[in-house]
Amino acid sequence: MSDPAPTSRPDVFAPWNDPNQRPLIQFQNVTKRFGDFTAIDDLTVDIYAREFFALLGPSGCGKTTLMRMLAGFETPTEGYILLDGQDIGPVPPNKRAVNMMFQSYALFPHLTVAENIAFGLKRDNLPKDQIAARVDEMLRLVQLQKFAARKPHQISGGQRQRVALARSLAKAPKLLLLDEPLGALDKKLRTDTQFELMEIQEKTGTTFVIVTHDQEEAMTVASRVAVMDHGKMIQVDTPDRIYETPKSVYVADFIGDVNLVEGVATSHQKDGKVQIHWAEGKEPIIGTPMQPIADGTRCTFAIRPEKVHISKEHPEGKTNIMQGKIIDIAYLGNLSTYHVQIPTGEIFKAQSANTRRIERRKFTWEDNVWLWWSETAGVVLTE
Amino acid sequence: MNPRKALLILVPYLWLLALFLVPFLIVLKISLSDVALSIPPYTPTLDLSAGWAGFRDFLSELDFENYVFLSEDSLYWKSYLSSLKIALISTFLTLLVGYPVAYGMANAPDEWRPTLMMLVILPFWTSFLIRVYAWMGILSNEGFLNQFLLWTGLISEPLTILNTNTAVYIGIVYTYLPFMILPIYATLEKLDASLLEAAEDLGCTRAGAFWLVTLPLSRPGMIAGCFLVFIPALGEFVIPSLLGGSDTLMIGKVLWEEFFSNRDWPVASAVAVVLLAILIVPIILFQRQQQRQQEAEQ
Ligand SMILES: Nc1ncnc2c1ncn2[C@@H]1O[C@H](COP(=O)(O)OP(=O)(O)OP(=O)(O)O)[C@@H](O)[C@H]1O
Ligand SMILES: [Mg+2]
Repeated sequence: MSDPAPTSRPDVFAPWNDPNQRPLIQFQNVTKRFGDFTAIDDLTVDIYAREFFALLGPSGCGKTTLMRMLAGFETPTEGYILLDGQDIGPVPPNKRAVNMMFQSYALFPHLTVAENIAFGLKRDNLPKDQIAARVDEMLRLVQLQKFAARKPHQISGGQRQRVALARSLAKAPKLLLLDEPLGALDKKLRTDTQFELMEIQEKTGTTFVIVTHDQEEAMTVASRVAVMDHGKMIQVDTPDRIYETPKSVYVADFIGDVNLVEGVATSHQKDGKVQIHWAEGKEPIIGTPMQPIADGTRCTFAIRPEKVHISKEHPEGKTNIMQGKIIDIAYLGNLSTYHVQIPTGEIFKAQSANTRRIERRKFTWEDNVWLWWSETAGVVLTE
Repeated sequence: MNPRKALLILVPYLWLLALFLVPFLIVLKISLSDVALSIPPYTPTLDLSAGWAGFRDFLSELDFENYVFLSEDSLYWKSYLSSLKIALISTFLTLLVGYPVAYGMANAPDEWRPTLMMLVILPFWTSFLIRVYAWMGILSNEGFLNQFLLWTGLISEPLTILNTNTAVYIGIVYTYLPFMILPIYATLEKLDASLLEAAEDLGCTRAGAFWLVTLPLSRPGMIAGCFLVFIPALGEFVIPSLLGGSDTLMIGKVLWEEFFSNRDWPVASAVAVVLLAILIVPIILFQRQQQRQQEAEQ
């Protein structure tokens, strides 16, 4: 991750912690099978009004299927989906206050950009001038005013994606489902649109469920992130918690860059810290587990590269010190990631900010360096 | 242009020249000649041995008499109009029957489609004439249809269908149905199902999505189908002669009678040339439409 996880807003928005809040969407033990293939596996989750809920997971894990069930194109094989406390199973898609932006865009090829955006508004029989005004507003939002009269095949992929986004936003639905809405946009436009989305969300109070393959995007926009795998939600948490305190190796590994070290835990002193014996004849790593763990448990120590310090001199008075040689440097502009091989062969990644110009950098290939990190910098995972 | 490319282009042009332009010029020439009791039954004939002077004589004997005759005898333009009317109505009827069939095929489970496609094409495996004769057996006063209707008690007197325009419509719709179904099916099959989902998601009912999305997107198929039915139906000869009555007026039938009953080749040729002139319009429109669609798909 090149950007740190954003700090939460001043007025903390966390309805999931408030037992008095009623969720907008409830998945209750929802299973979806296609033939004998299980796409969604006994999934239970609550999503609250005004949330920006991001689904993250590898290809084929069931993100689109989940969205399609919310939109009404698939019915759960088992379980219930409640919207505002009501089972939406029998409600057809056109009667749901839900709009979806399709992963394939699904723009109408015979209609112009403006007609595509107006399509949903016309179905509501709004007066003409109102529709025109709204279409204009949407075109401005996605910066496509100049292309209003073009047909979808006459614009670029990224422009098509923006039309699809504008079309789904036009009706200002209660729940908006975005299936990879920004994947085809360049970085700058993507960031702009992300902020637009967040602004729309603040203004209209719409609830967003968004699928993304871009972790940074999930981190930037989401109130909560659900990491999915094989039709299950492995962890549902705020972006900073997902990043800082993943509950399993899968999540730690899936989100961002991480160093993973397997070992056996033994307790250390009395302050709840543990020693992780990870290689014969090596100093154990000292870490702080979130829950107490029993002696002899197999566990994985996970630490983000930016929490690993790197220096040329032996750090005095620090814990978790290792020596190694730089075998690779990944230059990311504002940051550099150093791949450091320690004598037993393992490779650790350490990241540091590039505050100086390239020729004045401290480290280069083949340099012998020291790595160290504090006792609370990493997490100890048992799953 | 390199020789290879020139050769590649030359082949289709030679093909068109030999199979279309030359026969057309012969027919055009006959239409400008006069009837004669000879073999071939018209005059003049081109005698190349007479040289340049002979050719000039030959040209001077050609005239537009037959075309003037066509315009004076109301039989001809009535036949043209009636053919147009019958072709238009039967094209429309074919569309009405063909669209639902194509729609059903496109929405059938994948494993059924090859079979359904077979069923549509199957009639082509028997002779067209035999199939039209079969309709005579079905539609005649003692035919299967009347027998069936009498048996169900829906009618007490046999209906007269054979030898009326109704029988001609039935025959044309039946014969040309596959030409309507196949292009429509091709467009419907390509139709992205997520477009219908998007329409429903934006508030359309199923029927609304059909009307606003499916129908406009299958228009190219409908247009192609209509042309493929209309063009041959306009000059249709076998169906009106076998199923139509004495009052069924179609230009194909008139043409046939001029050629074979009257043995008036020049007038028959003139009829054919005018028919071609009428057909050129829809054919050009059809080409344009196909081209536009190809451009749109790129
Ligand atoms: N109609 C269907 N019939 C059979 N299997 C399906 C169907 N739709 C989805 N699947 C399967 O369900 C699984 C989940 O699909 P889904 O489209 O939800 O994945 P996804 O998480 O959106 O993936 P991606 O990130 O690639 O879009 C996949 O393995 C897919 O093959
Ligand atoms: Mg998907």
